[in-house]
Amino acid sequence: MYGKGWVWDCMSFLAHLINGISLGSVYALIALGYTMVYGIAKMLNFAHGDVIMIGGYVVFVAVSGMGLSPLLSILISMAACTVLGVTIERVAYRPLRGASPLAVLITAIGVSYFLQNIALLVFGSDTKAFTNVVTLPNLVLFDGELVIKSVTIVTVLVSIVIMAGLSLFVKKTKIGRAMTAVSEDKGAAQLMGINVNGTIAVTFAIGSALAAVAGVLLCSAYPSLTPYTGSMPGIKAFVAAVFGGIGSIPGAFIGGILLGVIENLSKAYISSQLADAIVFSILIIVLLVKPTGLLGKKVQEKV
Amino acid sequence: MKKLSKTTKNNLITYGMVILAYIIVQILISTGHVSSLIQGLLVPFCTYVIVAVALNLTVGILGELSLGHAGFMCVGAFSSAVFSLAMKETLPGGLRFFLALLIGAAAAALVGFLVGIPVLRLRGDYLAIVTLAFGEIIKNIINALYLGVDSNGLHFSMKDALSLNMEEDGLMLIKGAQGVTGTPNDSNFTVGVILILVTLFIVLNFINSRTGRAVMSIRDNRIAAESVGINITKYKLIAFTISASLAGVAGVLYAHNLSTLNALPKNFGYNMSILILVFVVLGGIGNIRGSIIAAVLLTLLPEVLRGLSDFRMLIYSIVLIAMMIFNWSPNAIFFRKRLKQRFTGGKKAEKEA
Amino acid sequence: MALLEVKNLGISFGGLRAVNAFNISIEQGQLYGLIGPNGAGKTTIFNLLTGVYRPDAGSIILDGMNLTGKRTIDICKAGMARTFQNIRLFSDMTVLDNVKVGLHNHYTYSTLEGIFRLPRYFTVEKEMNEKALELLSVFGLEQYADYKAANLPYGQQRKLEIARAMATAPKLLLLDEPAAGMNPNETKELMDTIQFVRDHFHMTILLIEHDMKLVSGICEKLTVLNFGEVLAQGATQEVLNQPEVITAYLGE
Repeated sequence: MYGKGWVWDCMSFLAHLINGISLGSVYALIALGYTMVYGIAKMLNFAHGDVIMIGGYVVFVAVSGMGLSPLLSILISMAACTVLGVTIERVAYRPLRGASPLAVLITAIGVSYFLQNIALLVFGSDTKAFTNVVTLPNLVLFDGELVIKSVTIVTVLVSIVIMAGLSLFVKKTKIGRAMTAVSEDKGAAQLMGINVNGTIAVTFAIGSALAAVAGVLLCSAYPSLTPYTGSMPGIKAFVAAVFGGIGSIPGAFIGGILLGVIENLSKAYISSQLADAIVFSILIIVLLVKPTGLLGKKVQEKV
Repeated sequence: MKKLSKTTKNNLITYGMVILAYIIVQILISTGHVSSLIQGLLVPFCTYVIVAVALNLTVGILGELSLGHAGFMCVGAFSSAVFSLAMKETLPGGLRFFLALLIGAAAAALVGFLVGIPVLRLRGDYLAIVTLAFGEIIKNIINALYLGVDSNGLHFSMKDALSLNMEEDGLMLIKGAQGVTGTPNDSNFTVGVILILVTLFIVLNFINSRTGRAVMSIRDNRIAAESVGINITKYKLIAFTISASLAGVAGVLYAHNLSTLNALPKNFGYNMSILILVFVVLGGIGNIRGSIIAAVLLTLLPEVLRGLSDFRMLIYSIVLIAMMIFNWSPNAIFFRKRLKQRFTGGKKAEKEA
Repeated sequence: MALLEVKNLGISFGGLRAVNAFNISIEQGQLYGLIGPNGAGKTTIFNLLTGVYRPDAGSIILDGMNLTGKRTIDICKAGMARTFQNIRLFSDMTVLDNVKVGLHNHYTYSTLEGIFRLPRYFTVEKEMNEKALELLSVFGLEQYADYKAANLPYGQQRKLEIARAMATAPKLLLLDEPAAGMNPNETKELMDTIQFVRDHFHMTILLIEHDMKLVSGICEKLTVLNFGEVLAQGATQEVLNQPEVITAYLGE
C-alpha cells in the first residue's frame, strides 16, 4: 500500500509539473512579445495581453463560426494579430516616440481598454466555450498512471521551436541584428542607416504573431474565452519577463516556465487561493537578490 | 519672498476649488438637480481624489512609479472596517470613525513602510512591477483571510471559517472572499471633502518643506542629492510611507460607504492602481490640482456617456489615447508651440516693424 | 598637518587598474589643480574621494578624520563637497531651492513640524532663505532665485552648482572641469569666481581642468595624472615645464 501511494504521489507530482511547464510555455510565448518590445522600444506594452484575447476570438470565429480547419484558423489569427499589432504601434505608440515613458504606458493602458471594449461590443460579455484545436490523442504512460494531454505536449513543443527560431532569427538575420542594434542605441542605429521605425514595427509584428499562437494554446488548455481572458495571463507573462530579466529572450523563456511551474505546484500543494500571492512573492525575492532579473544585464550609472 | 507668496497663492486656489465644488454640489443637491446615481458616486469621487493626490506624491514628487496603491487602499479599508465592525455597539459614530481613520492610515503606513524598505532599492519599471506584485499579494491574502472575535479574543485562519473554532456568540469580521459585511456607514460626502482638504494640507505642506525638497532633489538627480548629504533611503521611505498612508485614508472612506466590502480585482486590483495612475498622469505628473481635476472628470466621463450604454467605455478609451497623444507627442507639443508663437510672436513682430 | 592627506589610493575595474598608488597632500587654503589626459583617472579620483566608489587600497584623511570607505553622505557631512563634469542640478526645482537642499543638514526641523507648520518651520525657513540668498548673491545669481534651475544659461548653471556645494559648508571643495564648455569670457569670469570663493570663504579647492590658461592662472600646485598614476607633482610652473608632462599631453 505504502509503495503504491508513493508511486501515485510521484505520478501526480509529475502531472502537476508537466502541466506547469505547459502553462509556463504559454507565459513564455507571451513574455517573448513583452520582452522584445521592451528591449527595443523601452516601453511596457500593457495591451499585449489583450492581443492574445483577440487572437483567441479570431480562432474561435474561424473554427466554430466558419468551420475552417484549426491550422488555417491559427494562420488567419496570426495574420490578424500581426496587422493589429503593427496598427497599434503606428497609430498609438509611434506618435509618442521620445515622450516620457509614463505617457506611453498610459497610452498602452488606453489601447488595452480599447481592445477589451471592442471585444465586449462584438462578442458580448458571455464566456465562449473554446474548442480545443489540438485533436491528437493523449499520451498515456505507466499503464495509465500518468496521462499527459496532447495539448500540453504540443504547447511545450511549439514554444521550444518558436524560442529556438526566434533566437536564430535575432542572431543570424539582418533584420534581427538591426533589432539588437536598435535596442542597444536607437540614435547610433539610425546613424548606421538602420530604419528604426521599420525595425520597431517588425518587432511588434513578431510579438503579436506570437501572441496569437499563445492565445490559441491558452484557450485550448483553458477553454473559456471572455474579453478579459488576456488580462491576467498578460500581467503574469510580464512578471515572467521581468523575472527572467526583461529584454532577454532566453530570460523570458526561463521566467515563463518557472512561473508556470511555481504557479501550478503552489495551486496543487499549498493553496489555490494563494497561488498568485506565492508567484508574486517569488518574483519579489528574485528581484531583491538580483535587481535586473535572472538573466538581465547590470547597468552601472556613470558619474 | 515673491516665490513664497506665489506657491501659497497656488495652494489657496487648490483649497478654494475643492470648497467651491463642495458648495456647488450641495446647492445642486438641495435644489434637486443631482440624480441619485451621481449622489451615490460622490463618496467614490472623494476616494479617487484622495488616492490620486497620494499617488502623485509617489509618482510626481518622489519620481517613482507605483502600481500598487490599490493595495494600500485595500489595507486601509479592511483594517478600519474590521475595527468599526468590532466596535459597532461600543463606540459612538463620530469617535469610532475618527479612530477607524487613524487605524486605517497607520496600517497602510506600516505596510507601505515594510514594502518600501526592499522595493525602493529597485528602479523604474522594476519598481513598478514589484509594487504591482505587492498590491496583488495584499488582495490575495485578504481574500483568503478569515477573522473572528469572541469572548476568548481574536481568531484568525487562512483556510476557512470553521477552523477559527469560534464560540457561538462570536462575531465574524472577515469572511475570506466574502469580505466584511455590516460595516457602519460612517462616511458621507461632507466627510469625504474634509478628508480631501486634510490630504491636500498634508501633501502641499510636505512638498513645500525641508523634507519635501530633499525628496524632490532625489527625483531630479539622485547622485547630486547624495553628494550634498541627502539620505536617499530615508527620504524615499518617508515619502512612500506618507503616500501609502493617505491611500489608506481613501480606503477607510471607501469602506465606510459600503455595507459589504470585498477585495475584488476591480476595486483593489492592479486595474484600480492603473486607473489612479491614469488620473495622475493626465492631471499632470507632480501637479496636485491637476490630479484632483482629472480624477473627477475621468470618473464623471463614463457616467455622462451612460446614454451611449455599450459604447461608453470604448469612447472613454479612445478619449484617453487621444488625450495622451495630444498632450505628450513631441509633434503635438511642437505644433502647439508653433501655434502659440504665431499668436504671440506675430504681435511682437508687428511691434518691431 | 595638511587638510587633505591621501595615501596610496587605488581601485580596479575588472582587470583595469584605474587608479594606482595615488598620493596627494593639500594644505588649508590652497588652490590645487589635478590635470592629465582624457581617461587618466581624474574623475575616478573624485569619485573615490567622495565615496561614490570604494577604494581597494589606500587611505583618505580630511582634517584628521579618516574617510576611507565612508558613504557619500557621511563624507559630505565631514566637509567635502563637489561639482560634476556633466552638470547635475536639481533641474525641476528653483535656483533658490537648489541651494536650500545644500543647506539641508545645517538647518533642521522635523517632517511633522514641516507638515503642520509649527513655529520652528517658519523661523528655520526664514533663516534658510536668508542664507541661501546670501550665497546666491556671492555668485551673482540672486536675481534668478525664482527661476527653474534647468532654465538658467549654461555658465550660470555651473555657478549654481558651486553655490549649492558651498551651501553644505565644506572644508574642501572639489570642482570637476568647471570650465568645460565655456567660452574664453565665461572662463575668465569663472576664474575670478573661483579665486573669490577661495579668498572670501578661505576655502581649500581641488579642481580638475583641461583649460591650461585657467590652471596656470589660478592653481598654486598641480598633480599630473597619466594612466592612473601620478606623473608629476609640485608648484604649477615647475610641473608644466617638466618634459614628461609635455610628452604626456602632446605625445612624442
